[in-house]
Amino acid sequence: MSESEKKDPRVTRRLFCQATGLSACAAAAGGTGILSIDFLRPRALFEPPTRFALGPPDAMETGSVVTDEDHRVIVARRADGFRALSSICTHLGCITRYQPDAGVIACPCHGSRFSLDGEVIGGPAPRPLHWLEMSVSDKGLILVDTAVEVPQGTVFKL
Amino acid sequence: MEFMKTVTGNRLWRSIVRHGVVATNRNRVMMVMESLFLHLHSTKVRRRNLEASSHYYLGGISGFLFCVLTMTGLYLMLYYHPSVPQAYQDMKELSFAVSNGVFLRNMHRWAAHAMVLAVFLHMLRVFYHKAYRPPREFNWVVGVVLLLLTLLLSYTGYLLPWDQLAFWGVSVGTNMVQATPFAGKDLRFLLLGGNIVGENALLRFYVLHCVILPLALAFGVGIHLWRVRKDGGVQGSRGTTRPEPGKGE
Repeated sequence: MSESEKKDPRVTRRLFCQATGLSACAAAAGGTGILSIDFLRPRALFEPPTRFALGPPDAMETGSVVTDEDHRVIVARRADGFRALSSICTHLGCITRYQPDAGVIACPCHGSRFSLDGEVIGGPAPRPLHWLEMSVSDKGLILVDTAVEVPQGTVFKL
Repeated sequence: MEFMKTVTGNRLWRSIVRHGVVATNRNRVMMVMESLFLHLHSTKVRRRNLEASSHYYLGGISGFLFCVLTMTGLYLMLYYHPSVPQAYQDMKELSFAVSNGVFLRNMHRWAAHAMVLAVFLHMLRVFYHKAYRPPREFNWVVGVVLLLLTLLLSYTGYLLPWDQLAFWGVSVGTNMVQATPFAGKDLRFLLLGGNIVGENALLRFYVLHCVILPLALAFGVGIHLWRVRKDGGVQGSRGTTRPEPGKGE
């Protein structure tokens, strides 16, 4: 208010009260908005953990592909190391499946097809499959975290 | 007749019903104006407006279906818990154990499909009759909002049975939401109350489906009908234009 008082010395009491009242209403409305958005974002999620363990690395032969249907991950071991791909289709979120005969990952919903590098071979999928972070646990098991994406082509030596 | 006089002549009856059905114009106006349930109604309706060919009753059919859905929905709510995995069990119980449960559930389901269809056909009818022209432009916009609300109601109800179809339907739909520029991921998170279609998502969709969206739709229908009346009723006088400012009707 002090700014406008300098500019216009004729600020009436009525105007001052109106401005004060409206400012209070605006502040309350803004606070309500922020509070509501905050309230609607849960801070504790009771969802299944995103990190899970597969068997020991040596249990997988080079060239083999393992599908974990519960966690929606496809793990493949190649000569250069391990890779974990999310089996969730990048088109609309259906679950893809590895087809060993054709050597492609195929989606049943709209016919998207991906290579084992996650690259789109065909169908409506707009982006390659997500690559996920892998590590080894204390007990020597392969760990995959479905919440942590890594750049495409990140191969892990486990 | 004497009995009816006794019923309608006593003080209790007249305290509730102020105007009888005396067929004078003044009385007709009073009847409509002084009743909460009739006050949206115009006091006079053109004969042409009652003919099916002027609107095919599609708006009324949509409204009627909304009433059917509200009633059957309330019945279903008495046997349904929006939680995992109870929701699916409840849906099964409704279908196989509750008296007339399968009838009510199917009534709700088919009325929902029919309402989407009726609202859509209603929109086509209005379009082809050029009924969106002034002074009705705003009501067209209100109608578009009502169509969106109808689709949202239909979609939020889709998740509630918590079966495979529901789960994947909503997984796919919320992935579409994710394609929204800039706010996609946040929107999906707010809608699902998490990163996956789970407990929180079911509860949110339930609240949207049973409280928020029906209230919004009822409110919107109120505005819609009010504007229909104020703009001269269904297919009002031919070639009406917006009244000049200050000229009144």
